[in-house]
Amino acid sequence: MSRTNIWVACLLAGTALGIAGCKKHDQNASAIDNDKQAALLAQLIDAKPGDVISIPAGTYHFDTSLSLNVDGVTVRGAGKDATIIDFTGQVNGAEGMLVHASDFTIEGLTLQNTKGDALKINEGQNVIIRGVRARWTGGPSTKNGAYGLYPVQIKNLLVEDSESIGASDAGIYVGQSSNIVVRNNRVRQNVAGIEIENSTNADVHDNEATENTGGILVFNMPNLPVPGRATRVFHNHSYANNTANFGARGTAVASVPAGTGVIVNSNPQVEIFDNDIADNQTANLIISSYFSTGYMNKTGVAAAYDPYPSAIYVYGNRFSGGGNAPDGVKLQALRVTVFGLSGHIPDILWDGFVDQAKLVNGKLDPTRAICVDNGDAGVVNADGPNGFKNPSTDKSPYACTLPKLPPVQLTGKLAEASGKS
Amino acid sequence: MRPARPPTPHFVAEGYPASLSDWGMVAAARGRLMLGERVVPYDLATPLFSDYAGKLRAIYVPKGAAAAYDAEKTFAFPVGTVISKTFYYPVPEGGDRIGGRVLPAVGNDTQSGADGLDLTRVRLIETRILARRAGGWVALPYVWNDRQTDATLMRTGTLVPLTLQQASGGSEDVAYVVPNVNQCASCHTQDHASRQIAPIGPKARHLNTSFPYADGAENQLAHWQRIGLLSGAPAPGTAPRNADYRDSSMPLGDRARAYLDINCGHCHNAAGLARTTGLYLNASVTAPARLGYCKPPVAAGPGTGDHLFDIVPGKPDESILAFRMAATRPGIRMPEVGRSIAHQEGVALIRQWIASLQGSCSS
Repeated sequence: MSRTNIWVACLLAGTALGIAGCKKHDQNASAIDNDKQAALLAQLIDAKPGDVISIPAGTYHFDTSLSLNVDGVTVRGAGKDATIIDFTGQVNGAEGMLVHASDFTIEGLTLQNTKGDALKINEGQNVIIRGVRARWTGGPSTKNGAYGLYPVQIKNLLVEDSESIGASDAGIYVGQSSNIVVRNNRVRQNVAGIEIENSTNADVHDNEATENTGGILVFNMPNLPVPGRATRVFHNHSYANNTANFGARGTAVASVPAGTGVIVNSNPQVEIFDNDIADNQTANLIISSYFSTGYMNKTGVAAAYDPYPSAIYVYGNRFSGGGNAPDGVKLQALRVTVFGLSGHIPDILWDGFVDQAKLVNGKLDPTRAICVDNGDAGVVNADGPNGFKNPSTDKSPYACTLPKLPPVQLTGKLAEASGKS
Repeated sequence: MRPARPPTPHFVAEGYPASLSDWGMVAAARGRLMLGERVVPYDLATPLFSDYAGKLRAIYVPKGAAAAYDAEKTFAFPVGTVISKTFYYPVPEGGDRIGGRVLPAVGNDTQSGADGLDLTRVRLIETRILARRAGGWVALPYVWNDRQTDATLMRTGTLVPLTLQQASGGSEDVAYVVPNVNQCASCHTQDHASRQIAPIGPKARHLNTSFPYADGAENQLAHWQRIGLLSGAPAPGTAPRNADYRDSSMPLGDRARAYLDINCGHCHNAAGLARTTGLYLNASVTAPARLGYCKPPVAAGPGTGDHLFDIVPGKPDESILAFRMAATRPGIRMPEVGRSIAHQEGVALIRQWIASLQGSCSS
C-alpha cells in the first residue's frame, strides 16, 4: 500500500506538467489553490488499488470537481474539522467529488459549498463513508447543492459518524443501493435529513436528525431500475425538524411537510422501532403514498410502479410533542376540524390511500398492512383519497404484527469496521 | 512560400506523450494547422455543443486495418487507431489571436477542415486525443501554447478564460473548461459498469452525412468504406442517419432527437453515467416516460427549476429539460461537463420541439 500526501504529489505534478511547483498562495481566502487542486486531481487520476490518498489539515479552495475511477482507494483527511475543501468558487463539474469505484473509503474531511452534490458515489460495492461532513455554510437555501452524501447503486455500504448541513434536497441520500448501514450520523438544516430511496435492506440507526424539514425518509420513486424494500429505522433521535421546506418544486422532498420526524412514502417493508421522535410540528411519523406527492400521472409514471406503502411496522418508539402546527392549509384544517383549535395531529399520520385491487374481504392483505404496536401513540387516517373529508382516529385497523426484518449484515471490510465501533 | 510537409502519424502504444506533436495527427506550420498523412477529417450530422468552439475532427487508422461497421454502436476500431479533435475559435480580422475576443464557430465561420485550418483566422484551444491501444481506448487532453506552435498534455485539465463576441455585438465571458481525464471518461464511458471508454461520434448515424473533402464532397460512410478505413458499411441510404439539427427542412422531431442524442445520450442511456435517473435520451429510445414525457425527476434537486416534470408536452416553460439546457450554474446545467454557457440555438430547438408535443401530465 502506498501512502502519499498532496504536498509531495504537488511537486511531482508540477514537474510533470512543466509548470512551477507548489508556489505559495496569498492569504486571500477566495483564491483558488490551483496547485493543490491539480496535485490532488493527479493523485486521484493516477491512483492504484490500495493507495491511501491523504489530504493534510487545512482549508483548500477548489474550482473543479474531484473525481476517482479506481477501485480500492482510500481518501483520508485529517478529520472533518481539520481538512476542509471549499467549492465556493466552483466553475467546473457538478459535484464536489464524483466517485465511480468499488472498495472505496472516504473519511475525515469536510466538503463544503459545492454547487451541486457534495459527494456522489455512482455505482460500486463495499463503500465506506466515515467522518465526512457535507456542509453549506450559508444556512438553508434552495440555491445550495442538492445532496450532501450521495451513494447511488452501491452494494454493501456503510455511512457512519458523518454530517450533512444545509442540503437543498437530502443530507444523506442513499439511492438504488442494497445492504446498507447508516448510523451515528448527524443531519440538520437539510430538506430531508436522511433519505433511503429505492434501496433494499437498509439499517438506519443511532442517527440524530434535527432542524430539517423532514428527519428521516424512506421513499420509492417510479421509473427506476429497482424498487426498494426492507428498511429498518431504529434507535434514532429525530426531533424538531421544523425548517420550512426549501426544496425546489418537483423534487420528491418538496412534498414533505415541514415538521416531519420520519416519513415513509410508497415503500414496502419498513420497520420503525425504538426511536425517540419528538416535537415535529406536522407529525412525528407520516406514512404516505405517491398520490400525496402530487406527481402521479399516467404518462410519466411506469405502470409497474407500486405507489402504496405496505408492510409498515411501527412499535416501541418514544413519541412526544409535535403535531401542533402542521405544514399547509389542508393539514391545518385537519388538525382543527378533528382535534380542535388547540389540538394536535397524533404521532402517526397516514394519508389513507389503499390499493383497492389488493384488498382481501375489504381489508388490507396482511402482507401489505400497516401495523402499529406503540402504546398510546395515536394514528390518524387523513382520508387523502376524499380530500381529507372523513379522517379517522380509530386505531383498530392497525392492530396487527408483522414478521421482523433481519438485521443487515455488512460483509468484508465493512463487517470488520462494524466490529470496531 | 513552400507548403509545409504534413506530419507523420505515430501511434503511441503506451505512456502519456507530453506533446501533441508526438502523435503526428496535426501540426501547426506556416500559418496552417495541417492534418497528418492519411489522417481523414470528418464531421457529425449534429455535433455536441462545446461553448461555441469549432472542432476539427480527424481519424487515423493504420494502413491495412479497418474499422468494423456497426449500425448502432461506435464502430469497432483496430488497435492503432488515433482520433484527434481540435477545439478552436475564429478570431475577428485584425484582432489579437491570444487575449482578444473570439467568435462563435457557427455557420460559415466554421472552416471546413478539409484542408486543415487557416491559423491566421483561428485561436487553437486544445486538442483531445483518443487512442485505441491493446487494453482499450485512452483519452488525453492537450492544451495549445500561446505561440500556437504545439500543445502540452494536461491530464488534470485546466480553465481557459475567453471573451466570446456574440452575434448581437455584446460579449460573454467564458471559463472554457479543458476536461481532466476522469471527466473525459464521464462522457466517453457509455457503458458505465464496463469502465471502458470509447469515441462517441464515429457511429453510423452521426457520420451518415456529406463532407467537403479536398477532392470533392462525398458521404462519409461511403468515403470511409471506399478508402478502406471502414469495412462492412451498407449504402448510406440504408444506414441510420441522424438529422442535422440546423436544417429546418428536416422534421422538427428528428432534429430535436438528433440534438438530444449527441448532447445527452452518452450519459442518459440505460447503461450510462445517468442511468440512475431513468431518463434516457439516446436515439433508439421510444417509450414516452423514458424520454421524459411527464416524468418526475429523480435526483435533480434545484435542477428542477421548480418544474414538476422533465418534459411537459406543449409547455417548454414548465419543462425541466429546457430549464437545465438553458442554465449555466454547475450542478444545474446539463450537460454537467463540456459547456459553461448556454447554446441558444440548441435551447431554442428543444423548446420549439416541446411546444409542438401533444398531451397532458395532469392525469
